Amino acid sequence: MIDVINLEKHFGDNKVLNGIDVTINKGDIVVVIGPSGSGKSTFLRCLNCMEDPTGGQIIFNGVDIADLKVDINVHRRHMGMVFQHFNLFNNKTVLQNIMLAPVHLNCKDLKKAKRKNARTKFANLFRSSGNKKPLQEITETKASIIENARTQAMELLSRIGLEDKADVYPSTLSGGQKQRVAIVRSLAMNPDVILFDEPTSALDPEMVGEVLDLMKALAKDGMTMIIVTHEMGFAREVANRVLFIDEGQILESAPPDEFFAHPKNPRLKDFLSKVL
Amino acid sequence: MDNFIQKIEKFIEILIDHKGYIKVLEGLKNTLLIAVLGLIIGIVIGTVIATIRVLPKYKVLPRVLNTICSLYVALFRGTPVVVQLLVFYYVMLPLWNAHMTGVQVAILVFGLNSGAYISEIMRSGILSVDQGQMEAGRAVGLSFGTTMIKIVIPQAVKNILPTLGNEFIALIKETSVVSFVGAADLYVAFNYIGSNSYEFMVPYLTMAIIYIILVLIISLGIKIMERSLRKSDRRH
Ligand SMILES: Nc1ncnc2c1ncn2[C@@H]1O[C@H](COP(=O)(O)OP(=O)(O)OP(=O)(O)O)[C@@H](O)[C@H]1O
Ligand SMILES: [Mg+2]
Repeated sequence: MIDVINLEKHFGDNKVLNGIDVTINKGDIVVVIGPSGSGKSTFLRCLNCMEDPTGGQIIFNGVDIADLKVDINVHRRHMGMVFQHFNLFNNKTVLQNIMLAPVHLNCKDLKKAKRKNARTKFANLFRSSGNKKPLQEITETKASIIENARTQAMELLSRIGLEDKADVYPSTLSGGQKQRVAIVRSLAMNPDVILFDEPTSALDPEMVGEVLDLMKALAKDGMTMIIVTHEMGFAREVANRVLFIDEGQILESAPPDEFFAHPKNPRLKDFLSKVL
Repeated sequence: MDNFIQKIEKFIEILIDHKGYIKVLEGLKNTLLIAVLGLIIGIVIGTVIATIRVLPKYKVLPRVLNTICSLYVALFRGTPVVVQLLVFYYVMLPLWNAHMTGVQVAILVFGLNSGAYISEIMRSGILSVDQGQMEAGRAVGLSFGTTMIKIVIPQAVKNILPTLGNEFIALIKETSVVSFVGAADLYVAFNYIGSNSYEFMVPYLTMAIIYIILVLIISLGIKIMERSLRKSDRRH
């Protein structure tokens, strides 16, 4: 689903990513670990072009999204992202946080389709009767889009047991609740893959579990996930592949059993001896 | 003391019997009209400029726009508003062969002028919003513009509301020079009363009080608005 080919990212003279090659398949749970400053976040942020790569390709569903000419907004809909600091929209309620993007983007598509139909209709006036182009079928209305988004958002909230928080603002939630809302917010777009950047690092210890449990549940449902984390236990339990990044390169990539039991790269050995 | 009471009587005579109050109401209306519409135009211009100024700068178009905005801000902050009024009314309008009333000119010039100031306020407001908000918006597929309008600017406005209120208060007070281009504001009204009674003490004192009351009302309005906006910070 994602093919990363020789990905490079430089900030000025600072070469953060130096040729990353990796393939992510549908249903993969890939955990990325590595020392601080090794480029884990940068790698993740390049995958959805939050940072524009300075070299290489990212083939996502057949399109090279590293190409600056590509309309990245279209592809980001299919790539969720969960941040260390949650980044819920502070000026929106929990429900609005989840509904905002689906409603806005579907309404935009609806408008586009309507406009296109209007153009086709106009052009059809000048076409001979056998030659008329068919109109795009439009079944949705703005109201139905909003209703569907609301239903879906409430389903997602009930999944994480926070239906009663639908109408409160994020500032009233605990860290763990915020992160779970952030996760279902990205689910609301029905993404093909979700990127997690240290989703539990900003949480109080007693809240780490609830977030990891939700992520495990997603994994069980077959969601494709790429996760930067320091939770080695989680990596061992859930991942089907673990990547070790250091100095902007993938130095080791293996299933978790092998990765933790028989690390080959000396720097990974060194790293594991420090963190385990 | 007798003298003062006499002056007040005279003032009331002109105000009531000679229909001075109509002038005052008219002046009040124009003062408020210029300040309110000026503020609205200013907020729109200021927001657009501020947004352009926080745009990523590695493409050519944002850089060109950014330079234009800098020039605009420098121009309007670098000259007194009276000069701007006079230049607009006596230089620009004849050049364009256009006709506008003094009030219209005042609204436009104060809008353009406060736009320059508000752009700086708005920019600091936008920069005060956590960058994660923009990133989260972009990450769910919203465009830069949509995220700006729906997420960042509402939070920026909340942050700068007190400053924006002060700008409105400053605007109300600054409009007292619009008689330079023939707009009949509060000053013109009370000046009229003064000239008709050959007595300026009470009219100008009343004018000062009216300005103070206006400012107090606005301050109160800002406080109420701030409180209602702060509800998104409160715990339920
Ligand atoms: N926007 C930026 N501008 C300049 N340099 C940056 C930027 N973002 C990251 N860097 C640099 O890139 C390097 C890698 O950063 P990155 O955040 O990817 O590391 P990381 O592996 O995620 O570390 P951590 O575990 O601390 O989160 C760092 O040296 C950092 O200074
Ligand atoms: Mg990081």
